[in-house]
Amino acid sequence: MNASMNYLDGNAAAGELNRIFAFDITAAQGQCVHCGATKHFAEAHLYMTCPGIVARCAGCGHVLLRLVNAGGRVLLDLRGMTYLALDTSPSQDSCV
Amino acid sequence: MTWRTAKIVGLRDETATARTLTLAIDDWPGHVAGQHVDVRLTAADGYSAVRSYSIASAPSSDGRIELTVERLPNGEVSPYLTQQIMVGDQLEVRGPIGRWFVWDPERAGPIQLVAGGSGIVPLMAMIRWRASASSTASLRLLYSVREPSAIFYHEELRALSSRGNSVDVTYAYTRVAPRDWPRPAGRIDAELISRATWPADLRSSVYVCGPTSFVEHTTELLIAAGQDRQKIKTERFGATGERK
Repeated sequence: MNASMNYLDGNAAAGELNRIFAFDITAAQGQCVHCGATKHFAEAHLYMTCPGIVARCAGCGHVLLRLVNAGGRVLLDLRGMTYLALDTSPSQDSCV
Repeated sequence: MTWRTAKIVGLRDETATARTLTLAIDDWPGHVAGQHVDVRLTAADGYSAVRSYSIASAPSSDGRIELTVERLPNGEVSPYLTQQIMVGDQLEVRGPIGRWFVWDPERAGPIQLVAGGSGIVPLMAMIRWRASASSTASLRLLYSVREPSAIFYHEELRALSSRGNSVDVTYAYTRVAPRDWPRPAGRIDAELISRATWPADLRSSVYVCGPTSFVEHTTELLIAAGQDRQKIKTERFGATGERK
């Protein structure tokens, strides 16, 4: 498997991100700062071999999110997304 | 989302390298088909490891879920879960996780499932839920495996595909095909996609799960066959996350 195939989906970060967000963000839509594509976070390409988690835009590869656990602190960098649109209807959080 | 204590209440071998674990979980809130859980194992010295595994069972109200775990040769967690853990042992579970790669029986319209290897696991939860909810949604499964002995849930799939309102299953063997099999061993190709998946004009909901390279390859073929990219949901896994 070459390096470019060494990624998972945004889904795989859901467990970690659920520690931070009140809603499951895998079904949320986020806009990439770089190319403007708006996609579900679950569609992002996720790299977990680094020290932490990096999510990249499935369209252009630009970094959307970085998350690092460091000595009792979580560092979250979201500057790669213009916004996140979350569905807050009751059916969306009944199971999480 | 909190860690819950889960107790192993059942173990069942699926293949020589894969095992299904039945977990009874304290205050389990329930799940929908396609979701996964994080499993945390903690050693006596405090070292802990977290891995994600898809839920194989249909939702039920008995506080139990099933996970099918494939043993990875250099895995840190999967050898323990597939070879050493015993009924009565405990581990920690966080979940259910994921609201994207999910299907529920309320969803109308045909379903197309495409599995690569242990990517069958979350798709099996959908197949089982469809059966237990008596959904009439038409369902096709294209399941790519190395060889016949690597098939998970073989008998159950056979039973489900021989009933009325059946599941239409097509196996694709990548290394060794059974004797008399109509297609030589090899990767899924355009011809197989056109023969074993719903025509694009049915606008089926498509779920593809497997290793990253499998998902990329198969999704390209599905789009080339006319499937709407917006209707295709994918879930990739790889050695990095020791998924499934």
